[in-house]
Amino acid sequence: MAARPTAKRQRLILALAAAGVLAIAGVVATIALQDSAAYFKAPGDIAASPPVIGQTIRLGGLVKDGSVQHAPDGLTIRFVVMDNRAELPVRYKGITPDLFREGQGVIATGAMTAAGDFEAQQLLAKHDENYMPPEVARAMEKGGHPLKSAPNTGA
Amino acid sequence: MATPDLHAYANPLRFRRLAVAFTPWLLLAGLGLLGAGLYAGLFLAPADYLQGESVRIMYVHVPSAWLALGGYLGMAIAALSARIWRHPLADLCVQAIAPIGALFAGICLVTGSIWGRPTWGTWWVWDGRLTSMLLLFLLYLGVIAIIHLHEDRARGHRMAGLLAIIGTINLPIIKFSVEWWNSLHQPASIRLSGSAIHADMLWPLMLAALGFLLLFAAMVLMRMRTLIAGQRAEARARRLAARLG
Repeated sequence: MAARPTAKRQRLILALAAAGVLAIAGVVATIALQDSAAYFKAPGDIAASPPVIGQTIRLGGLVKDGSVQHAPDGLTIRFVVMDNRAELPVRYKGITPDLFREGQGVIATGAMTAAGDFEAQQLLAKHDENYMPPEVARAMEKGGHPLKSAPNTGA
Repeated sequence: MATPDLHAYANPLRFRRLAVAFTPWLLLAGLGLLGAGLYAGLFLAPADYLQGESVRIMYVHVPSAWLALGGYLGMAIAALSARIWRHPLADLCVQAIAPIGALFAGICLVTGSIWGRPTWGTWWVWDGRLTSMLLLFLLYLGVIAIIHLHEDRARGHRMAGLLAIIGTINLPIIKFSVEWWNSLHQPASIRLSGSAIHADMLWPLMLAALGFLLLFAAMVLMRMRTLIAGQRAEARARRLAARLG
């Protein structure tokens, strides 16, 4: 009878050791993935280390207030994507998602051009974590609380 | 004798008695709460200032995500206790949870995709949150497959349990994927510091989540009873075959 608790304890210690190794492996993998697992680059990242011209990347940030301009062809739009570090002019030809608007988050897939702006092939709208009825949103805007939170640019 | 409390419920007959007593109440309360939560979410709660009516998918999507994650943790704990304490019902608990967890992970992925199309402009992207959630669904499927892979049932349970335990590493990755990495999916709305979901939308969500949770528990209990009955029928068939052979 005395052998049973010992075997049990041994299995417990083994399991705890395995869990410890697993946790360390997870932390290492997470740190290693830091760059490659990011879904997009913020304008600040691009300003800090400019990508190769023509190389497809994803750009994410906030659409700058008052920056959206519609071209006469009715399809092409120009706007500025910004974060708290940098701004980048973007050109996109196509249909914009419903949630695309100034002050909201956006993710554009495309490439840098030689002219220094970003030519987007695909445009996705980012939604933030705020959920509220329209009346509350209006009241908050009126009360001087702009509803633009910083984009989720990771750590 | 070291852990009498745990083993008191290890007796399949005693467990069955408890499960039989609890299941109808869990089902009834779960259906009632879920019905109230979904009614409130679909008809009473306001539309969102940005998303409009599509916000209502949240009342199914978010509880499904929570249960897919919580269910996996429960399954892994059961697998661990099967390995450490050789709890006789623990392996059956793993087998009982796996398809239900997979179901909720599947609901989470499908509803998320349906919400993503009008909101983001795409059905799917390979960002950290969506990818790790798909991995959770595949881990559930893997556990189910491995249980049935081996002719020797005990061996299948051991291997499936191992996968279940190793897979827990994915849980914090899902949770923090939206904070560690840039992602299309938004960060958590409900945190310890408060909720970014307006109260008028939050209470139906909580009702629905509680309802889903009770239904989840009821389904696990029902599946465990089925598995125990199957095990006993198998043992009886073996005894009968031995006697005749």
